[in-house]
Amino acid sequence: MKTLIIAEHNGHSLATDTLKVVRAAASLDQQIDMLIAGENVNAIIEQAQRIETIDSVLVADSSCYQHALAENVSVLVEAMVSEHCDSPEGYSHILTAATTFGKNLLPRIAALLDVGMLSDVIEIESKDTVIRPIYAGNALARVRSNDRIKAISVRASAFDAAEQLSDSQGSAPVNFVAITHQSLLVEFVSQQVVASARPELPAARVVVSGGRGLGSKENFAMVEQLADKLDAAIGASRAAVDAGYVSNELQVGQTGKIVAPDLYIAIGISGAIQHLAGMKDSKVIVAINNDPDAAIFEIADYALIGDLFEILPALIDELG
Amino acid sequence: MKVLVAIKRVIDPYVKIRIKDDGSGVEDSNVKMAMNPFCEIAVEEAVRLKEADIASEIVVVSVGDDTCQEQLRSALALGADRAIHIATSDKLEPLAIAKLLNALVQKEQPSLMLLGKQSIDTDNNQVAQMLSALTGYPQGTFASELTVNTQTVVVTREIDGGLETLSLQLPAIISTDLRLNEPRYASLPNIMKAKRKPFAVIAIDEFELDIAPRQEIIDVMVPPKRESGIRVESVQELVTKLRNEAKVIE
Repeated sequence: MKTLIIAEHNGHSLATDTLKVVRAAASLDQQIDMLIAGENVNAIIEQAQRIETIDSVLVADSSCYQHALAENVSVLVEAMVSEHCDSPEGYSHILTAATTFGKNLLPRIAALLDVGMLSDVIEIESKDTVIRPIYAGNALARVRSNDRIKAISVRASAFDAAEQLSDSQGSAPVNFVAITHQSLLVEFVSQQVVASARPELPAARVVVSGGRGLGSKENFAMVEQLADKLDAAIGASRAAVDAGYVSNELQVGQTGKIVAPDLYIAIGISGAIQHLAGMKDSKVIVAINNDPDAAIFEIADYALIGDLFEILPALIDELG
Repeated sequence: MKVLVAIKRVIDPYVKIRIKDDGSGVEDSNVKMAMNPFCEIAVEEAVRLKEADIASEIVVVSVGDDTCQEQLRSALALGADRAIHIATSDKLEPLAIAKLLNALVQKEQPSLMLLGKQSIDTDNNQVAQMLSALTGYPQGTFASELTVNTQTVVVTREIDGGLETLSLQLPAIISTDLRLNEPRYASLPNIMKAKRKPFAVIAIDEFELDIAPRQEIIDVMVPPKRESGIRVESVQELVTKLRNEAKVIE
């Protein structure tokens, strides 16, 4: 049996999270096909061909897949998987990253195939058994799926990225899939992508996050200055997002992004359960807060208690 | 138009959960329960649509044992018109819930179906998408803004890079993100009024659907505990430690 990975991309390049899914899929020890659905995806095909452990690249190149609408891509994948589902050449596993792309798409595919789904998996123990966090990461469930096809979304922060081989080494064969499906029930209107020169939040080695303690959007600029010194991505607590200090795609937590960088600096964040769910697997956690009883200190490796309006400028200065 | 809202009873989000000693699950007896926060947002959005004269009737549904009637009553107190309780003592998987909701959609024929994007206990984030697949309706997941017209709903979705706007033909399925609205509290008169609103209980067997479990939870474990670290006294000490001890900055 084979594994199908549904690649996520922005039209120009493959998402780092998809490379992490490849690493997760490698533990299943079976042939891995990567599906790229989109329009004019040549650059992405080339990237996919060079990923280690990818055996073949399947391409559905059509305007109907341009915006990765779940209504269209789900029918494509269902058709691809159903075709050989009883043969040894069929797909036993379908994997995506547990990003908004994967979360939107994979349950729709699973239901079309009449199978359940395993969400946000942090470990693949065997072909049918995985570990996934529940209750905002306060418990881990070991779950066995008895479905004929396992639909799995992978928590990218729990896996390393697969290597990209050099041009001469890797060139997985490419096959085109001639299935088009354009739902008339949904229409793409627009997308507002926040442009940033900083590293992407889920992939960053260092994350500097601000919370309600910053007090204002203007003060949040200090978090940005610190992030620039450390070449870090910026994160935020829900309180900071709700107060309008930063836009919501920077939210870290159960309902936002899950990150596990080498260094996570939490500034003016109390450490609610929902926030900790998004960052408690970071390698080193630094907390800066004026409340010595803040819950964040219970998990911080380094705690600095004091007024962040004095500490932050000094820290920025110290990093020179 | 008729709006159908699905809600779930979960452990209150502020409760510190306890894992059962035998590893079979999370202790939920004698624990404070609440409506899933994302479902509250779905109910609130439906009520606002009714206040704007867009929705004519709000039907709330929950699948679970008798205790979930408490959350259905809360939804009625918030402004829903009638409630349907699909009664079962089993904890069902998202696919099974989606199948039951699909059967209900076929019967009730709502123009819009609102669900939370995920429940905060199982954290699956699946039911709305699965229901969309089964009904064949378009889906607007992780919605932070809705504009409902006669034939369409324009939905702004929270995606990883920012926001995306889609236009869906009605009937459509929407799952709510936290930023869609700020749920209200029920007033005492409304709580009293809710007691007289229509409330139907349907035994799960009446649906005759394949809702057998597809997954087994082998065990539930405590995640590795993170020990608290040390207190540093100054910015200089922090930077030195990060450089030399933790070696996470240059």
